[in-house]
Amino acid sequence: MTNLTILIIVPLLTAIAVLFCRSSAQVKWTSFIGSIIQLGLASSLMYAYISERAMGNTAQMLFQQRYSWYSALNIEYYIGVDGISIAMIMLTAFVVSAGILISWSIQTQVKEFFFLLLLLSVGAYGFFISLDLFTMFFFLEVAVIPKYLLIGIWGSGKKEYSAMKLALMLMGGSVFVLIGLLATYFSTDLGNGIHTWDLMKISQIHIPLQTQLFIFPFLFVGFGVFTALFPFHTWVPDGHSSAPTAASMFLAGISMKLGGYGALRVAMYLMPEAAEQYSWIIVLLATIAIIYGSFATLMQKDLKYMNAYSSVSHCGFILLGIGMLTKTAIVGAVMQMVSHGVMTALFFGAIGMIYERTHTRQISELGGLLKTLPFIGTVYVITGLCSLGLPGLSGFVAEMTVFVGSWQRPDAFHRIATILAAASIVVTAVYILRAAGKSVMGPIVNEHFLHLKDASWNEKVASVLLIAAILAIGIAPFWLYNLIAPDAQIIMENIARAGLGR
Amino acid sequence: MLNSNCIALIPLLPIISFLIIGLAGRRYFPKFSGILGTLSLLTAFILSAIVAFQYFFEVGKVDGVYQKIVAMKYVWLHLLPNVSIDMGILLDPISVMMIVIVTFISLMVHIYSIGYMHGEPRYATYYAFLSLFTFSMLGLVLSTNIFQIYIFWELVGVSSFLLIGFYYEKPSAVAASKKAFIVTRFADLGFLIGILVLSYYSETLDFQTLIARLTTEGPYLSSIAGASFIGASALTWGLVLVFAGGAGKSAMFPFHIWLPDAMEGPTPVSALIHAATMVVAGVYLVARLFPIFSHSCPQALDVVAYIGIFSSLLAAVIACTQTDIKRVLAYSTMSQIGFMMFALGVSGYGGEEGLGFMASMFHLFTHSIFKALLFLGAGAVIHYVHSNEMKDMGGLRKLMPITHITFLLACLAIAGIPPFAGFFSKEEILLACWNSNKIIFGAAVLTAGLTAFYMFRLYFSIFWSKEFKSHNNNHDDGHHGEAPATMLLPLIILAGLSVVAGFVPFSQLVTSDGAGFATEFHIGFALGPILIAVSAIILAWFMYSKESLVPQKVADSLKGFYTAAYRKFYFDEIYLFVTKKIVFNLIGRPAAWVDKNIFDGFMNLLASVTVALSEAIKSFQSGKTQEYAIYFFAGTLGFVLLFIYLWT
Repeated sequence: MTNLTILIIVPLLTAIAVLFCRSSAQVKWTSFIGSIIQLGLASSLMYAYISERAMGNTAQMLFQQRYSWYSALNIEYYIGVDGISIAMIMLTAFVVSAGILISWSIQTQVKEFFFLLLLLSVGAYGFFISLDLFTMFFFLEVAVIPKYLLIGIWGSGKKEYSAMKLALMLMGGSVFVLIGLLATYFSTDLGNGIHTWDLMKISQIHIPLQTQLFIFPFLFVGFGVFTALFPFHTWVPDGHSSAPTAASMFLAGISMKLGGYGALRVAMYLMPEAAEQYSWIIVLLATIAIIYGSFATLMQKDLKYMNAYSSVSHCGFILLGIGMLTKTAIVGAVMQMVSHGVMTALFFGAIGMIYERTHTRQISELGGLLKTLPFIGTVYVITGLCSLGLPGLSGFVAEMTVFVGSWQRPDAFHRIATILAAASIVVTAVYILRAAGKSVMGPIVNEHFLHLKDASWNEKVASVLLIAAILAIGIAPFWLYNLIAPDAQIIMENIARAGLGR
Repeated sequence: MLNSNCIALIPLLPIISFLIIGLAGRRYFPKFSGILGTLSLLTAFILSAIVAFQYFFEVGKVDGVYQKIVAMKYVWLHLLPNVSIDMGILLDPISVMMIVIVTFISLMVHIYSIGYMHGEPRYATYYAFLSLFTFSMLGLVLSTNIFQIYIFWELVGVSSFLLIGFYYEKPSAVAASKKAFIVTRFADLGFLIGILVLSYYSETLDFQTLIARLTTEGPYLSSIAGASFIGASALTWGLVLVFAGGAGKSAMFPFHIWLPDAMEGPTPVSALIHAATMVVAGVYLVARLFPIFSHSCPQALDVVAYIGIFSSLLAAVIACTQTDIKRVLAYSTMSQIGFMMFALGVSGYGGEEGLGFMASMFHLFTHSIFKALLFLGAGAVIHYVHSNEMKDMGGLRKLMPITHITFLLACLAIAGIPPFAGFFSKEEILLACWNSNKIIFGAAVLTAGLTAFYMFRLYFSIFWSKEFKSHNNNHDDGHHGEAPATMLLPLIILAGLSVVAGFVPFSQLVTSDGAGFATEFHIGFALGPILIAVSAIILAWFMYSKESLVPQKVADSLKGFYTAAYRKFYFDEIYLFVTKKIVFNLIGRPAAWVDKNIFDGFMNLLASVTVALSEAIKSFQSGKTQEYAIYFFAGTLGFVLLFIYLWT
């Protein structure tokens, strides 16, 4: 599979097909089959990519396609992938398939729900393959707006407030991104007043330091909002908690990674000198997010709020890895994107399954679920163990790679940041075990729990899919590392070159 | 010749049985799971024994020195150009000794559990967890790489968590499992940072390279010894932090608080994990890095020694006051591991200088046998009495004769009475202390005396003292106290070994530098500790062999100190205060409050200001023509006046 456009076409066609379905069963099966085809396509893309690399193809981006889209503004539909994008595409394929399976019991407005979910995935796939800044921004917006509807219509709790908050904050982030992108566009003069949105071309141009210093904050903060950059993280807890299960999975699993990916691919890659100058601020904010997020998690009483805050803490590792500016740390950041994406999707999936049966997410009202819901309880424990960084599961590998990479910065500031970030794994253990110990272990607190039914086939398949991904990364991390490392190397070289040029 | 595939099977067999039992066994053949797990462990044990035999007697020794053999090694994660995490198998005297101990004790526990866990609804799950633990522990001891050991270290931690919390419906079991995990996690943070420090300067994670680089003079050693942080070199920091991880797993002060609570798990688990194998991982870690400690950083070794002796004495004092028999055994475990720690701490490197190292490993070996026996015996008693409390026991020697004899042998072994196993290893430890540090020697002799006292206090309280009165009508006939054969068999085997294990010529097999040396037996030196132990036993006999008021009087006369020891010197309360009051109230709660009110509040403020602003100006767009007309005329008038003003 080397035609990348298919990655956008398939979910789009599935979404359109869903509109023509007659019954909700048809809707579900169409979406499911579409997502499985997509998973197959993503896997074969990864296979094709790895074999191209094995055959010695050293081009930075493979499988490129380029069509003029709006020539007056030099906007092109320009796509291509490297190892980092491949990893993100696989993540998206896994999370979307699992999300569709988990949503099997949606009752109201089934057609619209699945349509919007598939539309979101179109945005995510498009974003990860774009090499044209405008096309990238276009897909970023596609991946934002349906969330408002998903939360507002199918959500729970104070859903209108959360939907509005999430949409406005993400739109605010997008505005920053747009300003940054426009400024980038106008600072690229190819001669004769012609500008370009071409990411690869811009990376070759030396943008003056003063301009970089102006543009970088817009791009980084804009993308940072998506990935819960402190202090722009406040949409995360409310948004995740009010969203329906599949939307939470998508939001935490993929949407937050759009920001990390953008910050790395656009902000860091195109503005290397500014990245170096501002990196200490990134490290500072990321460390605050990690520590502060984990302590805030400690005090949460609702399972979903807990997981949302822990996402703030875990996404801090992504930004920390990026801000450390060493190759290993950047690889670790990308691994953390993938790992956290799968893990947190499973976490929200498990919480959704529990909520659907017990109708509560309050930790104090839950207890002893392992007895009556052995499958779901086990899934919850496994994902919790992944979250607290158990070796053999994905979280450990990603975090350790970030730590080792960060430790290569020998000055006191970076050392202290690394130690504080590492200290958060103890706090993580505390809140994970506290929640697991109360809600799935311990005595059964409610008579009503004795009659609950364990996971259905679709929930089992979804969980197994995500657990398989967690184990594949956790037990054999080298394939993911080897996939990402060369491209992290390129980003680092760009930064090093900029440093020398000064 | 050693076959590396054969060796790889030793850790792989338990993980395979974990997968089979975990995925299929629980549903399709729960009853058979125990047999399956046991058979796979039996095979692993036989393989270990073969490997050990070949290593020690055929291929391991080259020119009189045991070699370190890397049986296999794969790159797992290539983190930096010259640093990678490998997965491999390293054979040297201590790792070979450990695989034999781990597979053997695990096998005994597997057999014992067939009887002990009979009728448990989650019988298969129990065996799956046991297999997972055995796999992790074997992976830990065979590690070639300091990061590999960390990975298995964490896996061992989680298996321990799962097994302590096996009865997850009991809140106390859940609390204990959480406590064990979190306390050791905290210590592991030190371990992790220690690894980062050591690997940063030595540019490797591989044990052999690491040891070579940090023990020979050169750029690596001078850079790590030269870098200093708050008054100590990076090397000292690195080693002390790594030791902190070891202290966490091995329940050394100040991380010891999890071990007594860990007894909430099924008793065979306590025998395997919290007495014989996992808790010695910290000792093993220090032994693994011993050349660096000894050669390059004696200060760090002193830390090991003093933490070891302090923990040992502290635990022995507490053990004298506890009434739950498993807790007494737990504190005795902590105390004995303290012995192993300070034995390493006072040891030198090479030949007879390394007596402490050899003694520590020797004690690790003998201790794992008699402590497993003590726990399994205690398990048989608890199985019969249905209580952990000493006051519910007494006079059981007639009802459980085999358990009684085996327990007595184990008590004699741990008390250091010749010719039982513990005597020899403890003697070597005391000798090593005498040679290097008289303060530690004095404290060690005192601790040894206390050990004999509290072990026989336990023994007399269970098997002598008052007549046993059953609360359970089923036991009324009074003659069916003995446990089933599957439980007795391990007891008998372990008791036999407790008698003879002391005669293993350890100084020829397991030494600090791989070369054997001759030990001399000084009868004059041995006499003192023997006399102390015997008098402590007599004292225990006097106080506890019959029901009397003497213990109560002694406790009353030592009022304050006794209560403090009984309450474990309030460590639990202190920790609880720090976590609950300080961490939760002073950090967690404010963080959550700030997030809700400051950051989120700012966003909400932004929203409400926007709303208020638009509320204020929306009346301009009312749709009423009259109002528009007013605004129009007022505006025009305003402009006219403005122009007039500007013009003039």
